[in-house]
Amino acid sequence: IASLVMYLFAEFDDAANLLAANPDATTISIDEPTEIPKKQHSRLQEPGREEDDELLGTDDSDKTELLAGQKKSAPFWTFEYYQTFFDVDTYQVLDRIKGSVFPVPGKNFVRLYIRSNPDLYGPFWICATLVFTIAVSGNLSNFFIHLGKPTYHYVPEFRKVSIAATTIYAYAWLVPLALWGFLMWRNSKVMNIVSYSFLEIVCVYGYSLFIYIPTAILWIIPEKVVRWVLVMFSLCLSGSVLVMTFWPAVRDDNRRIALATVGTIVVLHALLAVGCLAYFFDAPELDYPAPIIPAHNVSTVITKSR
Amino acid sequence: FAGLADVSISEDIPVEGEITVPVGSHSPDEDYSTLDEPVKDTIMRDLKAVGKKFVHVMYPKKSSALLRDWDLWGPLVLCVSLALMLQGGSADSKDDGGPQFAEVFVIIWFGAVVITLNSKLLGGTISFFQSLCVLGYCVLPLTVAMLVCRLVLLAGSGTVSFIIRLIVVIAMFAWSTLASTAFLADSQPPNRKALVVYPIFLFYFVISWMILTFTPQ
Repeated sequence: IASLVMYLFAEFDDAANLLAANPDATTISIDEPTEIPKKQHSRLQEPGREEDDELLGTDDSDKTELLAGQKKSAPFWTFEYYQTFFDVDTYQVLDRIKGSVFPVPGKNFVRLYIRSNPDLYGPFWICATLVFTIAVSGNLSNFFIHLGKPTYHYVPEFRKVSIAATTIYAYAWLVPLALWGFLMWRNSKVMNIVSYSFLEIVCVYGYSLFIYIPTAILWIIPEKVVRWVLVMFSLCLSGSVLVMTFWPAVRDDNRRIALATVGTIVVLHALLAVGCLAYFFDAPELDYPAPIIPAHNVSTVITKSR
Repeated sequence: FAGLADVSISEDIPVEGEITVPVGSHSPDEDYSTLDEPVKDTIMRDLKAVGKKFVHVMYPKKSSALLRDWDLWGPLVLCVSLALMLQGGSADSKDDGGPQFAEVFVIIWFGAVVITLNSKLLGGTISFFQSLCVLGYCVLPLTVAMLVCRLVLLAGSGTVSFIIRLIVVIAMFAWSTLASTAFLADSQPPNRKALVVYPIFLFYFVISWMILTFTPQ
């Protein structure tokens, strides 16, 4: 039996190598073929009776339990570990974006769309798009507002791209980190039914920022009222996604703490939107001071323009 | 070899011949030792390879030869010339000007690396440097656009010149994106092609924006 076991180990080893060379072969089939060679690989050092059962194919429950709980089984220094975070298809990403823009009341974004498959593609590229959209729209909007003024000379304002990038990536990664730490701490005190992993929180935050992309483009319109209506609208949509996601995770806790947590989430989201609007988009002025003005009117005009 | 033991050669037939293997002038062994060739040959060979890839980018055909023989000379030359041409822009204060040389350099190379990593993480079969090579070479149309923009700006910077620049930049941006997609999209599984093409679109959009917003002092 030992030689049979060694022969089957060698066969699974070959299968693992073949699959490693052809990673796109696994995208069509379900997880099972990738899981079995990996499991065999990692268990080569500890032969035991469970090995024989799996090799003979008689023990299905063992396999399914491992598949459900142990999706990311590669060690963190291999490339395959990070590939598990990009295991999404085009339609899945589009579905998740749709879910963040049209929140269904009562449905949880994480349970409905992410379903134990958090991806890093969405958060990373939505943040990148948002950074450049805000910088470009801000530049365009300032150009249109100041167009025609004799003293105005167009500048590309490229510095603002780095500032936008720092702000948005910090928000999309540090706030989920803080929130996850806080939820873990509360979980140790109060047993919550719902708990999220760090990547799921990053995912929710990343996808909830998507609504700000069309909002930033529409912020080019130089009307104060339009801009603030857009802020309110997008804040309601993405804020409700966040609230509906995190309320089940804190509702078993002390009432005050739950409300404070959800309130902080919404306030930080609002701060991001308002801060971006204020910093990157100049306020649309009705009038600019003419180049030649009497000296005693200068101070009043300057205070009015801010 | 037992059967050869009884072969004998009679003594009055001279046995002569050459032991050395004749080396013809077209033997493949000569290609391996490029150490002895004149420097001009070495440089011309690399320049020809780079030039061939430039032609491939301008007339994109599906060709695996481009992918197999990757090199990073072309992208380096393009990146440096684009970054140099983007200098000398207007800057009232240091903060509001166009991108500095280092910023352009970092955006192009870091952007290309990120896109390559993204495509590999999504399950692409293209190698790291091949993808860098393709993305770098496909900056060529945008470098041409930058050259045209600078020439147009020499003539004047009014609305007409802006419209000409806008059209040229949009056309070259579309050319770059289509050229790189033609080379890179095939290495992806079919249900993730859009996920890989979008970052390439974003990358060339940012470079086009930098070119379009260039205003001379």
